[in-house]
Amino acid sequence: MTAASRPSGYVPLLMRLDRGGMVLLSVLAAAAIAVPALNLLMPPDSPFHVPTYLVSLWGKYLCFALLAVSVDLVWGYCGILSLGHGAFFALGGYAMGMHLMRQIGDRGVYGDPILPDFMVFLDWDQLPWYWHGFDSFAFAALMVLLVPGTLAFVFGWLAFRSRVTGVYFSIISQAMTYALLLAFFRNDMGFGGNNGLTDFKDILGFDLQADGTRAALFVASAIALAGGYLICRLMVTSKFGRVLMAIRDGESRTRFLGYRVEMYKLLVWTVSAMMAGVAGALYVPQVGIINPGEFSPANSIEIIVWVAVGGRGTLYGAALGGVLVNYGKTYFTGAAPEIWLFLLGGLFIAVTLLLPKGIVGTLSQWWQGRRGFGLRKRARPAVPASEGGAAE
Amino acid sequence: MPIRVNRALVLAFALALVLGVLAAPSRSLAQEAEFAELVATLATGDFAEKTAAIAALTATGDPRVQPMLEAMADRRLYLREEDGLVAIGEDDAEGLRLIDVLTGEEAGIVGSRDVDRIRANNRMRGIIRSALGTMTLMNPDAAVRLEAAETVFRSQDEGALDALEQALAAEADDAVRAAMEKARAAILLGSEDAVLRLEAVEALSSFTDPDIRSMLAALLVQDQDGTFAETDEAVRAAATEALDAIEQRLALWRTAGHIYQGISLGSVLLLAAIGLAITFGVMGVINMAHGEMVMLGAYTTFVVQQLFRDYMPGLFDFSLFVAIPAAFLVAGAAGVAIERGIIRFLYGRPLETLLATWGLSLILQQLVRTVFGPTNREVGAPSWMQGAIETTAGITLTYNRLYIILFCLIVFAGLIMVLRRTPLGLQMRAVTQNRQMAKAMGIRTGRVDALTFGLGSGIAGMAGVALSQIDNVSPNLGQSYIIDSFLVVVFGGVGNLWGTLAGAFSLGIANKLLEPYAGAVLGKILVLVAIILFIQKRPRGLFALKGRAVEA
Amino acid sequence: MDLFDRITRLGAAAALAGSVALGSAAATAQEGDPIRVGILHSLSGTMAISETTLKDVMLMLIEEQNEAGGLLGRPLEAVVVDPASDWPLFAEKARELIEQEEVDVVFGCWTSVSRKSVLPVFEELNGLLFYPVQYEGEESSRNVFYTGAAPNQQAIPAVEYLMSDEGGGAERWVLLGTDYVYPRTTNRILRAFLNANGVSDDDIMETYTPFGHSDWQTIVAEVQEFASQGLPTAVVSTINGDANVPFYKELANQGISAEDIPVVAFSVGEEELAGLDTEPLVGHLAAWNYFMSVDTPENEAFIAGWHDFIGDDARVTNDPMEAHYIGFNMWVQAVEQAGSTEVDAVRQAMYGQTVPNLTGGVAVMNTNHHLSKPVLIGEILEDGQFDVVWETDDVVVGDAWSDFIPESSVLTADWTYPWVCGNCETPRFQ
Repeated sequence: MTAASRPSGYVPLLMRLDRGGMVLLSVLAAAAIAVPALNLLMPPDSPFHVPTYLVSLWGKYLCFALLAVSVDLVWGYCGILSLGHGAFFALGGYAMGMHLMRQIGDRGVYGDPILPDFMVFLDWDQLPWYWHGFDSFAFAALMVLLVPGTLAFVFGWLAFRSRVTGVYFSIISQAMTYALLLAFFRNDMGFGGNNGLTDFKDILGFDLQADGTRAALFVASAIALAGGYLICRLMVTSKFGRVLMAIRDGESRTRFLGYRVEMYKLLVWTVSAMMAGVAGALYVPQVGIINPGEFSPANSIEIIVWVAVGGRGTLYGAALGGVLVNYGKTYFTGAAPEIWLFLLGGLFIAVTLLLPKGIVGTLSQWWQGRRGFGLRKRARPAVPASEGGAAE
Repeated sequence: MPIRVNRALVLAFALALVLGVLAAPSRSLAQEAEFAELVATLATGDFAEKTAAIAALTATGDPRVQPMLEAMADRRLYLREEDGLVAIGEDDAEGLRLIDVLTGEEAGIVGSRDVDRIRANNRMRGIIRSALGTMTLMNPDAAVRLEAAETVFRSQDEGALDALEQALAAEADDAVRAAMEKARAAILLGSEDAVLRLEAVEALSSFTDPDIRSMLAALLVQDQDGTFAETDEAVRAAATEALDAIEQRLALWRTAGHIYQGISLGSVLLLAAIGLAITFGVMGVINMAHGEMVMLGAYTTFVVQQLFRDYMPGLFDFSLFVAIPAAFLVAGAAGVAIERGIIRFLYGRPLETLLATWGLSLILQQLVRTVFGPTNREVGAPSWMQGAIETTAGITLTYNRLYIILFCLIVFAGLIMVLRRTPLGLQMRAVTQNRQMAKAMGIRTGRVDALTFGLGSGIAGMAGVALSQIDNVSPNLGQSYIIDSFLVVVFGGVGNLWGTLAGAFSLGIANKLLEPYAGAVLGKILVLVAIILFIQKRPRGLFALKGRAVEA
Repeated sequence: MDLFDRITRLGAAAALAGSVALGSAAATAQEGDPIRVGILHSLSGTMAISETTLKDVMLMLIEEQNEAGGLLGRPLEAVVVDPASDWPLFAEKARELIEQEEVDVVFGCWTSVSRKSVLPVFEELNGLLFYPVQYEGEESSRNVFYTGAAPNQQAIPAVEYLMSDEGGGAERWVLLGTDYVYPRTTNRILRAFLNANGVSDDDIMETYTPFGHSDWQTIVAEVQEFASQGLPTAVVSTINGDANVPFYKELANQGISAEDIPVVAFSVGEEELAGLDTEPLVGHLAAWNYFMSVDTPENEAFIAGWHDFIGDDARVTNDPMEAHYIGFNMWVQAVEQAGSTEVDAVRQAMYGQTVPNLTGGVAVMNTNHHLSKPVLIGEILEDGQFDVVWETDDVVVGDAWSDFIPESSVLTADWTYPWVCGNCETPRFQ
């Protein structure tokens, strides 16, 4: 991280964790060990066996959790409501997808050693320039960070410098992801159009359909989530984080105090976009497809919903929300396919009305209340009493 | 311009001509047999035989031909399976009442399984139409004559020249005369005589019509050894000149057309956004369920029309006049319920309204899907909204879009009036500007909030009535407008209705001017990028509110 | 099915699924245990509009089969999930159906991308998918049976018809489509076909629009101008579902009649027209393998059964429904022949299965996993039905790989010995 976010020196990293963070990291560590072990070592008929199906599914949830954490970083701590974070996630995913596409080599249906199948049947005769380099994993990994990062930097630089805030920012970030959605739908763009990229074979030489690879991707997702969480935690507990929260609660005042608000926002925004990109890159090999649907504005709104359900401004709450809402979606679409939207929609309304601080916010309030502490004294600066300048 | 006539048709004409010359004045038995033979061919022949039969039948000049061919074009001509009788079928309560085409007498009532419909596809109907065209040039109805003239113009059929000139001499209606002149000139373009051709080119040069452009352009086509399709130099010069003039006028018209289309798209955007300009712009609720209010309006239209169909089919044309207030009430009531049930707990937490209304929009979509089914529902257009004003320059102003432009302006003006001139409007403005002060002055802010939200939702519902005329009425209807609506409101400037108006029309026109050059997709992307860049220049939209309200 | 009935059924389904999820012990196939049939169609989101009907038709077919005594002496049980028009969710649900619900066969998907998304899952887990929608071809998976039309069973016959004297002798062509793989591929095939038939590129206009495009003013005006060159012009539309209604409304309002510029569509059927005032559209065309209006005893029975099941006489039937009907019956026959629901055995038994088409004649499953079916061209009537104006004399064999795309014309799909391959230039065993 940059100088601004470096810890002030004597506070060791682990001391910066709150209780929820400890729990999150412990759970992740346990899962990263137990899940692969139970999947690979236990015989399939053992009651303790974790089917591969669940490994990939939970790996996917972990990617969503990382995405939610990245959104919580900018929304919960800096008051930037992004309705376009899905774009960074998808771009990271596409960067990884392009690498996996190149790895297919001549195993595609037309057997072309260079061109992916969709280019062959659209009659392209050579690889477009922006596809070069993606045969190397290192390059692709770099692009997973750089592409969303650069887009976020340019977009943020334009927006924050001209002090586009509140809903104006939200809506243009939505316009950004919408424009990208339309662009990626175009077959002329060379990203496979509506079908996107799919039919991947292997990653780093390992068969994507092998149990071992899936378990490894699960572990990678868990590590990425833990790492992302720690980075965010580091940022928000440092002096840098205090300025972020000051911006959230009173942007103009912070500016008048002499802080260069736009620089702080730009940095946190770019870091968040890169994290979203990483989440997307890990998501793609586990679900096996990336397509423009990921850019759809509805997806970006859903991310906001996860964070709100879990508890905004706590980081671990966002991770919990990402996992819970998606688990609910998986469960209800199977168990109650015709009424699941009522349940999901009802859940969002109920959470907003009854649990304004999200699940963890409400839980910790209740916990502190039980321990007899005055709420006012102990309440973390999680969610400000009013949104301040965020919406008006 | 080569004259394109089906070879079978020519043959048949020749045959018919010979027959006609040989024919005695009175209808002989042999002729009657011939006629019956042709009718039978019409029913059972293959495509080429049928076309030949149509031509031959037309040439007989028999009065039975026109109703028979019209019936065939309308798919009302049947072949009775048991005896091969060809008859016109009329729907009857008990089945199909057959009328023998030869005798004109009724031939009994049959079920649909007892007869075969005589197939007439598009091509066949086109042939019938042009065969009937010359027969209807003298029709008492001016609209029929106009259509006949257009048909002749398009076919450029030399055989119609005499009939056309006769009709022209008798024609009194100016519009029909013009169309006939045009048709005559188009036929003469293929004449042997260069003088006539020159005259034709000059006559055609005064029309602005893409068809004429291609006719004239065809004269100037060079073949491989450099000879022009038109051999006479004077005619070529006149054609070049006429072509330039037409081209210029067409380009002008085309731009005008794009701007009209832009205004029309803008009016749709404005209608979709105007309700949001209130719930979001004025009240600050990030109302993700706005699109569903539009959808409710569209489904209300469907229900109202269904009632009309069932109980008052004769008054169907007026159904929209009932649907508009009904949609306003339904969506408005839903809006009030939402405000009282959910939104009022969330004032001061605008971002959380996003979550609640998002959940609500999922529920409403699924509710509509459960009640009305997932498929599109049919909303009919009243007859006065069908059709278009067609200019000869190839620009079509469709009535439904004209009415939507009009409707959107009326709604906008009405809303401005409500806000400016009514006590409710005054209270609304007061509450938005300073809630505490308004409350202190004795305004029941809760009631005003509910009514404001209801008003915004109600207007969205009325927009749904209009959108049901041009788009799918399906549970997804709202979703397709929500993003555009937010963009329009933000682009125009939150909290400013005039900004919304300007935003909608400028986005609509920009989109339509870009579309011919960049294509629909790229055009839209360019507009989105332009909005993003524009917001950097004016972070508060086109018409930013000034003063303390901004920072509050 | 009324609302209350639906809710009670849902409740039962939810309870059942819940208990299955809780119990989740691996149920091995035993005598008397139900045979589980997965249904993977979107019930919410953008595709619900088309796919919900297919879910209902599957429930009907399963119900009818159970009334007829089930299969192999065992009852059939439908497992319905909602992939919510979300493509990655399709893959997840496919895995859930096969691994967790342990279904024996899956009927599902509509869009190409949803099929592409589940394809690796079916191949990895050796599942069996019946895909009922017309598509762009260029695929033959060991684990998928394609019961919809390939381009040579829909697009090419339609264009041939419009080129013929009878169809209007079109010489200029507008290829209009939504920008995704099916229209792109179909139009590429059509362009090659048209070029081979002497139509120059100047006489072809190709335009793509985004999904859900609702403002057609400019494009319809362009089409009109393109058509005003004195040559017969036809429009080939591969416009996707939602965008069709506004397109046809604009067409009608701008006064373009089918006699001036016929529009032939490959994605517009009875269901799409049901939401539309069809009067101004009379005469425009569609090419399918099935029309509801075709008068055969099989079709009459099918329609009656459908109306009975859905409880609404106004509901229409369409081509993908027939595809499911054929696919399901073939699967039933194959299971009976194989005496088991085991995927490989059923797959082997599928080849050569015949089922009477609802439109007459017999559909045959070929070794390239595509059907032989008749092709019909219909003109739209006032009541939203189609008047069949042309049909092939015989069934047409579905082509997995188009002859008009150079790199695919060399490929063969044949899953029997000696080929055993979906995309090979030479047999795998020689």
